Amino acid sequence: MDSDDEFHSGQSSDDFMIDDDSDTGLPEDDSDIDEVDIGFESQEKITKPGRKSYEVEFKVYSPQDIQSYQDKQIDEVSTILGQPPEITAILLRHMRWNKERLIEQYMDAQEQMLENVGLDQDIAGPPRIETKKNFMCDICCDDQPGLETFAMKCGHRFCVPCYKHYLSRKIKEEGEAARIRCPGEDCNRIVDSKSLDLLVATDLKERYQELLTRTYVDDKENLKWCPAPNCVYAVDCGVKQRDLLKIVPTVHCDCGHNFCFGCTLTDHQPAPCALVRKWLKKCEDDSETANWISANTKECPKCRSTIEKNGGCNHMTCRKCRHEFCWMCMGVWSEHGTSWYSCNRYEEKSGSDARDAQAKSRQSLERYLHYYNRYANHEQSAKLDKDIYIKTEKKMSQLQNSSGMSWIEVQFLEEASRALQQCRQTLKWTYAFAFYLARNNQTEIFEDNQKDLEMAVENLSEMFEKPVDQLAKLKVDMLDKTTYCNKRRVILLSDTADNLKAGKWEFNVELTG
Amino acid sequence: MALPKRIIKETERLMAEPVPGITAVPHEENLRYFDVTVDGPSQSPYEGGTFKLELFLPDDYPMTPPKVRFLTKIYHPNIDRLGRICLDVLKSNWSPALQIRTILLSIQALLGAPNPDDPLANDVAQRWKEDQNAAIQTAREWTAQYAKV
Ligand SMILES: [Zn+2]
Ligand SMILES: [Zn+2]
Ligand SMILES: [Zn+2]
Ligand SMILES: [Zn+2]
Ligand SMILES: [Zn+2]
Ligand SMILES: [Zn+2]
Repeated sequence: MDSDDEFHSGQSSDDFMIDDDSDTGLPEDDSDIDEVDIGFESQEKITKPGRKSYEVEFKVYSPQDIQSYQDKQIDEVSTILGQPPEITAILLRHMRWNKERLIEQYMDAQEQMLENVGLDQDIAGPPRIETKKNFMCDICCDDQPGLETFAMKCGHRFCVPCYKHYLSRKIKEEGEAARIRCPGEDCNRIVDSKSLDLLVATDLKERYQELLTRTYVDDKENLKWCPAPNCVYAVDCGVKQRDLLKIVPTVHCDCGHNFCFGCTLTDHQPAPCALVRKWLKKCEDDSETANWISANTKECPKCRSTIEKNGGCNHMTCRKCRHEFCWMCMGVWSEHGTSWYSCNRYEEKSGSDARDAQAKSRQSLERYLHYYNRYANHEQSAKLDKDIYIKTEKKMSQLQNSSGMSWIEVQFLEEASRALQQCRQTLKWTYAFAFYLARNNQTEIFEDNQKDLEMAVENLSEMFEKPVDQLAKLKVDMLDKTTYCNKRRVILLSDTADNLKAGKWEFNVELTG
Repeated sequence: MALPKRIIKETERLMAEPVPGITAVPHEENLRYFDVTVDGPSQSPYEGGTFKLELFLPDDYPMTPPKVRFLTKIYHPNIDRLGRICLDVLKSNWSPALQIRTILLSIQALLGAPNPDDPLANDVAQRWKEDQNAAIQTAREWTAQYAKV
């Protein structure tokens, strides 16, 4: 897919490239990354030349990378300020890792700044646990003699159990780390790392460190955590919030998850984030209707027996009456002929006889359902294609013994499966995109591209569902179709991305960043 | 569960040295649940009204703030239709050193100084910004209608 340079748009998307002077604190060249083992995959992810117009530049980082860049930046600033690393770390976190602003403000008013973040005490001496005469803790009202107490320089003194309880709550339940304040009333003093060391239980320290690393990523506009469950990687991308009406920044994490850097939802190219938000909101609001329509079963338009969709293909054959119809529009399959894929386009009357009467009477609902059905259909089909692949893979491995096919030789199925998933993900969002599209010169080209991709996908999907014993013979054909699908996807995405960047799409709603 | 010393002390003090214009009485069967009244501050549209509130001390009190809600209907940009209050000390600015007493004083102060820029009741806040006199008039009317004993 990467070699489809003939489809690579000549337009440059430099505006969206990672700004090398950005204050990421992450090194610009790879030399530092080489020291850390983050797997050779990452090296490849550093964008190659010949990037397509819908692709953005990004890098994937492991927690270790982030930790070491953080440490590196702390060391650097520490030397400039002449402060030990622990203090520098607090100052940097306080300034949300804006190194320049920190240095500037520090130079202007050093004492004030240290005071503000509660660091003047560190200079006075290490924090200690003490017992005080006639002390009563304002939190628990305990006043036993010999009660251990703690206070930072602000003098807000509480008993050690209360202090510990307070800190562990903040860390464990509220997920705070870098900016935990003194428990005292109206006190803005931040609990420094030495005090934390003294009071936080060992088992919480790890969590605390984790949170500190998290805040580093959270504080930086160019860094985001991969949203995949249990994924520990972060992605660095230079696309800014203000760019999101002009670009859809899909990034690929090393864990295999593709997500949008702008909104962290799963890849939704070609639809821009603002459109996705609107669409999802609409689907949520209309979910009752949508659920009803998107249910995984439909009635045969001829004999009314219930048919369950069990493959990704839209060509349905009723088991009972052998009636052949299109799952999407419920129209007769033979009438679709070779142009059955024309059901990607919304035509008020086509196939409407077979569709629900309720929908017919309500134009706008029908229009929505037209796009929603196709959107939901591709989502559903992608899952089914995946199931088929898993089932097939199992059978193929069984076949390996009998047919003499090697594991390598069955990989074409994996490729086909991946192409189907990816193309359906794209197709799915083209319908949300089309729903909000106002008609202009570009729309026709878009619909043609959508139709071509749809046809390519359905062809491949149909072949994919063939019985296992036929698959071996279809290998060459299937590889061709896989390549073709991927090509159509590149064409569609390049066209939409170019026009998005040039501001040539007109939408029937207002999209705001 | 035995009542923590802190809650006992606070309750005793609320009884022994009540805050002028504020009452807080714990329920006999649940000492974490208080019936509260707050008098509207003078010079405010709530003057002359006595507002009923409920206050509950959660298990983790004072690590977490008390839950407080107006029971009397009130027209105020930081208090919504359900009586929920938008007040920083009840949320992000809560400190375990704060007490029921200080919280109730903050609520009374909020009646004297509504803040339409940090609204909870958007319609009220909107009106407060657009036509303050009319909003104050409504607040007065509501006080007369709902908060007079
Ligand atoms: Zn205590
Ligand atoms: Zn303090
Ligand atoms: Zn990931
Ligand atoms: Zn997005
Ligand atoms: Zn049938
Ligand atoms: Zn159709």
